[in-house]
Amino acid sequence: MSFFQRMVYIVQTYSVSLLKGAGVTMAIAIICTALGCIIGLGVGIVQTIEPKKNSSPISKFFIKFFKTLLSIYVEFFRGTPMMLQAAFIFYGFSQLFGINLGMWKAAILIVSINTGAYMAETVRGGILSVDIGQTEGAKAIGMNHFQTMTSIILPQAFRLIMPQIGNNLIINIKDTCVLSIIGTVELFFTFKSISGALYTYFEAASVTLIIYFILTFSCSKIMRYFEKKMDGPANFDLATTDTLAYTSGMNLAHIATRERL
Amino acid sequence: MNEILKIEHLSKTFGNNVVLTDIDFEVKKGDVTSIIGASGSGKSTLLRCINLLETPTSGEVLFHGNKVAEGGIKEEDYRAKVGMVFQSFNLFNNHTVLSNCMLGQIKVLKRNKEEAKAQALKYLEKVGMAPYINAKPSQLSGGQKQRVAIARALAMDPEILLFDEPTSALDPETVGEVLDVMRTLAKEGTTMLVVTHEMSFARDISSHVVFMADGKIEEEGSSKDIFYNPQSARTKEFLTRFREDKQES
Repeated sequence: MSFFQRMVYIVQTYSVSLLKGAGVTMAIAIICTALGCIIGLGVGIVQTIEPKKNSSPISKFFIKFFKTLLSIYVEFFRGTPMMLQAAFIFYGFSQLFGINLGMWKAAILIVSINTGAYMAETVRGGILSVDIGQTEGAKAIGMNHFQTMTSIILPQAFRLIMPQIGNNLIINIKDTCVLSIIGTVELFFTFKSISGALYTYFEAASVTLIIYFILTFSCSKIMRYFEKKMDGPANFDLATTDTLAYTSGMNLAHIATRERL
Repeated sequence: MNEILKIEHLSKTFGNNVVLTDIDFEVKKGDVTSIIGASGSGKSTLLRCINLLETPTSGEVLFHGNKVAEGGIKEEDYRAKVGMVFQSFNLFNNHTVLSNCMLGQIKVLKRNKEEAKAQALKYLEKVGMAPYINAKPSQLSGGQKQRVAIARALAMDPEILLFDEPTSALDPETVGEVLDVMRTLAKEGTTMLVVTHEMSFARDISSHVVFMADGKIEEEGSSKDIFYNPQSARTKEFLTRFREDKQES
């Protein structure tokens, strides 16, 4: 058998395992990127809270305390290898607390909190890079901090960090391979089994590489599509005098009816 | 007592840098007050202190006699009644023109959508921006953005409008379209406090002019007094330069 014939043989024989592996990889990557974004959003928002000058010392202390806790979280999970964290958490939980997390829960927990640590800084950066004038514009018409954040700042920050979310998704697709250390049967684990069974490392690696690439490439295209969608149409329709008269006429009719009632 | 705003002994320092010293003046209902002066004289900082975008180091801002900084009136309620137009427009980039003018009404004034829309359309029509309701701010020119910003502020039914150098970021051609809108507002009796470098505009529309230099009010009075009969040497010098500019052009 030639090299390509061996590749075809692998695909034919192990198609189900490969698809399952790819499915697990994608599931973990997507779920964990989403959860990581939520964690990152929460942490990032807290990190950008500035205590007001006239707020009480107690609330100032708590804000500072939480911020310190969160930066410890961020620094720890960004600063150590995910593979070791996986071993540490998975085996640590069972040895110290007698809790067997199970493969799925452990995998999702580890990758999510990892992504969250990276996303926290991304979100913080996103919020800080929204022009300060946007906040001032919102404050100037009387919006409070919460309204300013939810209607003005976060939507814009979210658009700014979209490329970074795509980045994280792709990193997660690839990095789930370190979960093979706790026995998660994802795409890399499948590769190891195939290559072990057939003793054909090169061919199995080629097949798996191609699958990884298809996954990441489609994801980056899909993310681009979402970005474009968020930007809205490049052109806008001028409202003609007809439509304007129509809408304002409608409103007048509406008011007139209400007054008559 | 028909003064809307009263500024008492207001001072502002940034670190060791004294920006405003002991500012005193008031704005009555229907007044169009212009604040003029060289760049760095503290005009914009004064306006930002009035709207609490900067916290005054000392002194008071009184709104209908209520101390604003000490919670005599809730910060958000106060700001809703004091409209502000910025040099850099500060339209919400993630909202359309129409939504920009509706957001504050719905979130802050708790108006319903129809009412907010009718109000927004009314003022967008006034500033000549009604056809652009579906556009995003990034799709507009500077002059158009500033007119939308004025409509956004007006839609809140403010008691006074603050303008922070509204035409300084615009090219000479589009300055006119914004000034025209402001002229109309002044004629209709809108209470306005305008920081501006457009001297002839300040002279023509203001009922009251405040000349600032080095963080202090150097001279104030009616538009006629300041422009045609200034008392202080600094004011005279500043306005001479303006007259020379005019003759050249």
